[in-house]
Amino acid sequence: MSLPLLLGLPMLLLAVGAYAIAAARRPDGGRQVYGIALFVCIVLLALALGHLLAGRAPTTLTLPLGLPWLGAHFRLDALAAFFLIVVNLGGAVASLFALGYGQHERAPERVLPFFPAFLAGMNLVLLADDAFTFLVAWEFMSLSSWALVMAHHQDPANARAGYLYLVMACFGTLALLLAFGLLAGPDGGYDFATIRAGTTSPGFAALVLMLALLGAGSKAGLVPLHVWLPLAHPAAPSHVSALMSGVMTKVAIYGFIRIVFDLLGEPVVWWWGGVVLALGGITAMLGVLYALMQHDLKRLLAYHTVENIGIIFIGLGLALAFQANQMYASAALALTAALFHVLNHSLFKSLLFLGTGAVLTATGERDMEKLGGLIHPMPWTALAFLIGAAAISALPPLNGFVSEWLTFQAILISPELPQWLLKFLVPAVGALLALSAALAAACFVKAFGITFLGRPRSPAAATARETDRYSLTAMFVLAGLCLLAGILPGLVVDGLAPVVGLLNGSARLIPQHHQPWLTLVPVVDVKSTYNGLLVMLFMALSGFGAAWLIHRLASDKVRHSPAWDCGFPEANPAFQYTAGSFAQPIRRVFGSIVFQARERVTMPPPGDSRPARFKVELHDPVWERGYAPIADAVVALSSRFNYLQYLTIRRYLSLVFGALVVLLLGMVLWR
Amino acid sequence: MHGLAFDIAHFLAGGMVVASFLLLYQDRLSALINVFALHSLVLVLAVGWQAHIQNAHHLYVTAGIALIFKAIIIPTALHRIVRRLGIHRTLEVVSGVGRDMLAGTGLVALAILVMLPVTAKADALAREDLAFALAVVLLGLLLMVIRHNAVSLVIGFMSLENGLVLAAAGARGMPLAVEISIAFSVLIALIVIGVFLFRIRERFDSVDMQAMDTFREGRRR
Repeated sequence: MSLPLLLGLPMLLLAVGAYAIAAARRPDGGRQVYGIALFVCIVLLALALGHLLAGRAPTTLTLPLGLPWLGAHFRLDALAAFFLIVVNLGGAVASLFALGYGQHERAPERVLPFFPAFLAGMNLVLLADDAFTFLVAWEFMSLSSWALVMAHHQDPANARAGYLYLVMACFGTLALLLAFGLLAGPDGGYDFATIRAGTTSPGFAALVLMLALLGAGSKAGLVPLHVWLPLAHPAAPSHVSALMSGVMTKVAIYGFIRIVFDLLGEPVVWWWGGVVLALGGITAMLGVLYALMQHDLKRLLAYHTVENIGIIFIGLGLALAFQANQMYASAALALTAALFHVLNHSLFKSLLFLGTGAVLTATGERDMEKLGGLIHPMPWTALAFLIGAAAISALPPLNGFVSEWLTFQAILISPELPQWLLKFLVPAVGALLALSAALAAACFVKAFGITFLGRPRSPAAATARETDRYSLTAMFVLAGLCLLAGILPGLVVDGLAPVVGLLNGSARLIPQHHQPWLTLVPVVDVKSTYNGLLVMLFMALSGFGAAWLIHRLASDKVRHSPAWDCGFPEANPAFQYTAGSFAQPIRRVFGSIVFQARERVTMPPPGDSRPARFKVELHDPVWERGYAPIADAVVALSSRFNYLQYLTIRRYLSLVFGALVVLLLGMVLWR
Repeated sequence: MHGLAFDIAHFLAGGMVVASFLLLYQDRLSALINVFALHSLVLVLAVGWQAHIQNAHHLYVTAGIALIFKAIIIPTALHRIVRRLGIHRTLEVVSGVGRDMLAGTGLVALAILVMLPVTAKADALAREDLAFALAVVLLGLLLMVIRHNAVSLVIGFMSLENGLVLAAAGARGMPLAVEISIAFSVLIALIVIGVFLFRIRERFDSVDMQAMDTFREGRRR
């Protein structure tokens, strides 16, 4: 019933995109487009939420579009409904933010037509029920987001990011195409129902897993396929960055879950989980280390996306490992953790990108070293950003803590796994996860502290103004949801139960809403429980109580006195702690190994008036060892074969002729 | 009836292969054009005979188009071009006619070896026709490869196209619309090529491809 409507709305978005081409130059065009996108996203969100909460059976629809012998199949099940919620929540909030933020856009005609198209593409990926429709929608999503990345293409860095993105997106789609080809088998049953019913031999299934990791992983930002992500996500306008980082990576995760958990079906081998786990752990760790070395606010957030994708893949890998050993209750826990983190990351990463967008409009700066003290001119933005930063740092009572805690609960069950390799691997990955969570907290102390605290480091930061009401509303909707999901996690876990049941042979977690005091009980209550509501009440009571006591017992008069200036009477903002200073200890511990970080100090001798210089040199191991050799090889090969461009006509004809004769000879000889 | 019809079709298709060999052998441009006209004429006869024995009337139209365009208009036009370019008396230096003939013989053998086993289930007439047609196509390509003069290249291309029409006629004919559009595209190709020949000549004072290659060499590094 709701499926035709769910399909019609993305079509409406496409029509809006077409309309936006004409409307972009009008002063109110942006408001119209974002307004309609907001409305459509809210309707889609409500429909998907209704489907998931009512626990309806999957509905299907076949349209006579696409390949003539296949048609276009669409299906709405619990998994699609959950991801539709994630996508359209992000889409709605981004549209709301853009109602204000979009007014500052320099080139609206390059953003407005693609924004609704991008939303439509993501929705269609989730609804597709055959390989052809899936891939078409997937490419549509990639290309429209590429156009948005290229919105400010005059900047050569953006053009490079767009190029890299395009190359990686093509590569990813190729991998998915091959995966679907293997799944469909020689009979070419490309609709998902046929694939689900069929079986794949173990060797092919492992190959499909690898291809899905390559295809979905390159879109999601799995190390070492992440290189495009920190370049492309920040290049787009901020509300689009929020969509790409918060939402599009989730669509990629949907693709992985759909292929590996749903389409491949049962023949799970234990080492699959190990591979996914190890990749997830490395991704989480490297992502956060990269982020720590970054002083560009948007790029820092993009690297954190890489980290969080790693956390989600850790959950998925654990679920695969448990499923392979028929431990479905534990698999349900790991899957719930992963899906919960999908939702959480879409909330707080969108929030943080929107906050950065607000900072960007207020100051025109993304470089943290030029910001500072923004909490005074922009108190509300600062509060929203702080909530997002606390959530992504996995601090209770916010939502990030809950999903990472659930992931750890799943990791703690892992000694029950029979394989020795997994017994050793999972705790190691757990250690990586713990380390990356701690480093993420350090990174966001840096991001928030340098950006919003202290004193302004540039005139632009000093003259900043608070952002508009639309943007603030959008940010506080997300901040409120972060808090709600954190203090009422049981409700979210119950909402996820149909999705987990669909992917996990109908095994799911125990219902949570019966638990007293809204406690979250993942396995049994003698083992471990978490109650976000009580934690929040305790934190609020103890915090306000302590403040009240201190004010009560001490003098509550406000005193003004000169700040202690460390013996430096000249108060220059450049004397403040910088983002580089924050990162230095961690750079010394980890960076010297991972990034071969070297610090060079040139100190002129006394009497020399040249300034002393301090230089940090970082190497990106993935780019220098993985991508640069490939790029060099391509360049070397193409310059070797460049002379083919300058042959004579007769040579070309001879080549064609020779090739034809050789092929015909081959036909004669090899029959 | 069938025996004689088959023999005549076989004879005409084989005649096209022989005409292709004649093309390979000719080193004088106006003679080359004349042989091409002969090549097209044999094609007309072959297609006409196919129309007769298959009782397919649209093939008569094909034959008519081939007669008007390929056997009359194109050779006449090429003659005029060659005369206006002033190269109708030029002898083209063809190195080693014997070698080319041997290569051509090899190609015919290859064509037969490829076609006969592949079309084992088709009727004998189509099989022979397809094998000869492939041989004509390959010989046309060979002509394009071994000749230096741009006009010879054009003739190689046109004879190749004749081979395609022969194949189509043998395989129970191709739709008339396709045939007409191909005929027109060949005619347009001739016009374009003619214009280009004059432009090339204006620029380089020659239509010898080797002369042009020396200009390309300069761009190479």
